[in-house]
Amino acid sequence: MAQQGEDIDCMEMIKRFVDSDLVYKFNRSPVAIIALAVTVLLIGGAVLAPFVTSQNPFDPASLNLMNGFSKPMEPNQFTGDTFIFGADDQGRDVYATILYGMRISLFVGFAAVLFAMVLGVSLGLLSGFIGGRTDVIIMRIADIQLTFPAILVALLIFGIAKGITPPSMRDEIAIWVLIIAIGLSDWVQFARVVRGATLVEKSKEYVQAARLIGRSSFVIMIRHILPNTLSPVLVIATISLALAIIAEATLSFLGVGAPPTQPSLGTLIRIGQGFLFSGEWWILFFPAITLLALALSVNLLGDWLRDALNPKLK
Amino acid sequence: MLAFIIRRVAQSVVVLLVVGLVAFSLFRFVGDPVENLLGQERTVADIERVRSQLGLDQPFPVQYFKFLKGIVVDGNFGVSYRQGRPVADIIAERAPATLELAFVSALFALVLGISLGVYTAIRRDGWLSNAIMTLSLVGVSLPTFLIGILLIYVFAVELGWLPSFGRGETVKIGGWTTGFLTTSGLKALILPAITLGLYQMTLIMRLVRSEMLEVLRSDYVKFADARGLPSRRIHFRHALKNTLVPVITITGLQLGSIIAFAIITETVFQWPGVGLLFINAIQFVDIPVMATYLMLISVLFVTINLIVDLLYFSIDPRLKADGSAGGGH
Amino acid sequence: MTDHPLLSVKNLTVQFPSRGAMLTAVDDVSFDLARGEVLGLVGESGAGKSMTGAAIIGLIEAPGRITGGSISLEGKRIDNLSSAEMRQVRGRRIGMVFQDPLTSLNPLFTIAEQLVETIRVHLPMSAREARERAIGLLNEVGIPAASQRIDDYPHQFSGGMRQRVVIALALAAEPELVIADEPTTALDVSVQAQIIDVLKKLCSERNASVILITHDMGVIAETADRVAVMYAGRLAEIGPVRSVIKDALHPYTKGLMGSIPSLTSTDDRLVQIPGSMPRLNNIPEGCAFNPRCDQVFARCTKARPELMHSGNREVSCWLYDDAASEATA
Repeated sequence: MAQQGEDIDCMEMIKRFVDSDLVYKFNRSPVAIIALAVTVLLIGGAVLAPFVTSQNPFDPASLNLMNGFSKPMEPNQFTGDTFIFGADDQGRDVYATILYGMRISLFVGFAAVLFAMVLGVSLGLLSGFIGGRTDVIIMRIADIQLTFPAILVALLIFGIAKGITPPSMRDEIAIWVLIIAIGLSDWVQFARVVRGATLVEKSKEYVQAARLIGRSSFVIMIRHILPNTLSPVLVIATISLALAIIAEATLSFLGVGAPPTQPSLGTLIRIGQGFLFSGEWWILFFPAITLLALALSVNLLGDWLRDALNPKLK
Repeated sequence: MLAFIIRRVAQSVVVLLVVGLVAFSLFRFVGDPVENLLGQERTVADIERVRSQLGLDQPFPVQYFKFLKGIVVDGNFGVSYRQGRPVADIIAERAPATLELAFVSALFALVLGISLGVYTAIRRDGWLSNAIMTLSLVGVSLPTFLIGILLIYVFAVELGWLPSFGRGETVKIGGWTTGFLTTSGLKALILPAITLGLYQMTLIMRLVRSEMLEVLRSDYVKFADARGLPSRRIHFRHALKNTLVPVITITGLQLGSIIAFAIITETVFQWPGVGLLFINAIQFVDIPVMATYLMLISVLFVTINLIVDLLYFSIDPRLKADGSAGGGH
Repeated sequence: MTDHPLLSVKNLTVQFPSRGAMLTAVDDVSFDLARGEVLGLVGESGAGKSMTGAAIIGLIEAPGRITGGSISLEGKRIDNLSSAEMRQVRGRRIGMVFQDPLTSLNPLFTIAEQLVETIRVHLPMSAREARERAIGLLNEVGIPAASQRIDDYPHQFSGGMRQRVVIALALAAEPELVIADEPTTALDVSVQAQIIDVLKKLCSERNASVILITHDMGVIAETADRVAVMYAGRLAEIGPVRSVIKDALHPYTKGLMGSIPSLTSTDDRLVQIPGSMPRLNNIPEGCAFNPRCDQVFARCTKARPELMHSGNREVSCWLYDDAASEATA
């Protein structure tokens, strides 16, 4: 609140202060520590997938059909190979498919949130800064969109994209369509927070003063507002990441997301569901547990961040 | 108050016109409607004939107006590309399944959500409250489809108590098929309804709890306490009513989104409703079905929004006096 | 039985835990209150006056609690009653008026609903009788056209009128004691005197005792029979209001009187006490006032003075330890 300072030094100091305070609170919250540990472990596993797995499950050459339906932790009766999470119908190591699947899930999640953030922050800034008709139009669109659940908006965008692209390209661009669909369904929150902060900041005297001496107030706005909105945007981004991961999994589960050639956790669960009745529970169970752990720990982190930074998000 | 209602109705109409425009643009620009209607064997004359039949040679605003008129006056939503039947008929066939499911889910979410929210607010530090709150956080992070799969695994695969898909036996009353009247229909309803309602239930519960805690800290509750009113009266008469004012808005919107979330539940349970229809339409790019679904759900949402606002008015006397304060943020 | 004072507070101590330490908000406070008497309780904010009031009516918010002493109403202890028993006392025998009339009334219920509810909880009356009584009460507190306005909601009244309603609610079941916690602080200066008059008139008509909590010595001077001055959770001085104002004993009370413009008519200089009241986690050894006192001597920083009699008053100050020899000075 009290930051009126101009130079980077001041910002650095505030940042350091926030950081240390955050670190202090973090060390006292076992939930946050566990959530962060799980998140880091999962993201690390996904990033390092090629180094911590013995096969690339989507390279047909590395698969052995004889390994199909291997049970978890038991040597396969034909080949003697052991898979900790078992293998699926085509002999793919479920452990490896999860790590590779998580790469897709996380990529889509991060990219969608980034997209939503850039879009939302820019529109919020514009809306608050220019005001007038621009503000009315942007905020009305936001209101209308908020009326509809994000998943519906994403589905619709997916449907439109599918309609305007030739069938041969659909699988290739599916991931990008997912990112755009989820991102577009999630920008409103960012825009609202940034717009609010912009309006507050705009009315402050130093902005008026800067205008008087002929400085581009837009530059000042960017230098002062963006730092001000940093913590709420961070909180929204974290919670959005959890939502985006769930949204991606849901869309893929519904069969309108990541294609089987590039399966995400949701696709894996969709595939695994088919084996539920025949007793091969592991094909479904491990991807599902992973998705749950990922979504829950990111959610808990977001929850904790919100309490710790305590921006007025309510 | 009247001015407020008129303004809200006008806003709703604008929203619907915008949605209509989106839906119409879907028809007009996504895929070629002529190609979709005629298929492979077509002549230039055919194309011209269909174009003028569909009015595609007229200016865009005229086309849009005709499109809206067709819907509002004749209930003409076009013909499904995939099934070759009027979309209106298909939807009418499917609607009862979704509406019954949504109704039971909403009831479940509302009753359980409000009671658990009140309970966890009043017994704030009880172990049961803490357990419920922790579970609810897991519930929020749990994707709907996973809940569905979990329920299927436990109650259909392992225990074999309840069916894992479909509506069971239904009875036809007029144009409405209901699953409420047969045992198998009711049994088939349980798992999907819980799956669909659980997320909303968690949200409502957390919302009721936080609002209720806020209200319990308020001066008028303290004053009611100082007047020696029985605690049951304070909790369930004074505090609950004040809690419900803000809860109603969000709850209303949540209940609306139950219909939308039904898409997921219907896919998991192969429930023959509108949501499953919509997903299939997306997979096959069946534009008329997509557009119709979009428009119907918009009407539903806008109506719910409107009702919520009016309900708000009837509960909070402060808004009756000065309409200007209503709806403002 | 009859020689019991209406209210007797003995060695009352209220503490609440904070960051591992126990903070003492009310520290060993004792006083009696006779039937029909008006006792002013003054002190700076944080001096423990509101907490004393809350302790008497049994509404100390957790985690704070009474950790010592006793509170008796007509000789019967009320500080150890069960919460159900205490509800019979609150409203029925002890009424309370809060500071802010804008937030003391539940916005979603009419005045009639709130009054009738309170009356019927405590008195065996039909809804009709209770309504008659409620209208009577509103007339008494000076609400014009009470029989029509009774069905209005709180937001339809001005702040002053709402505080009258609050007084009516506090008196609804004829309590023998009314605790008024800063009843005029939130109001316009122009209506403050009216509210005090209404409160005083109604209580004296009913022979009800009043504890008037305020930091406004002017109000005390005009209203109270006796005054108790609190400082850092402790009683500094208690005695008849005239004597305390004319001839304060405790150095803190002297300073307090000196800082009131209207009372220092002979001298137009206002006296200020240097420094500020200590925080609860930082109360000095000995007399809590010693760092600010201009008559401090060695004993004040070592031992804490108990309340001691001095003429018609009680005062906790070492200056009056040997009352006979000191008072002649």
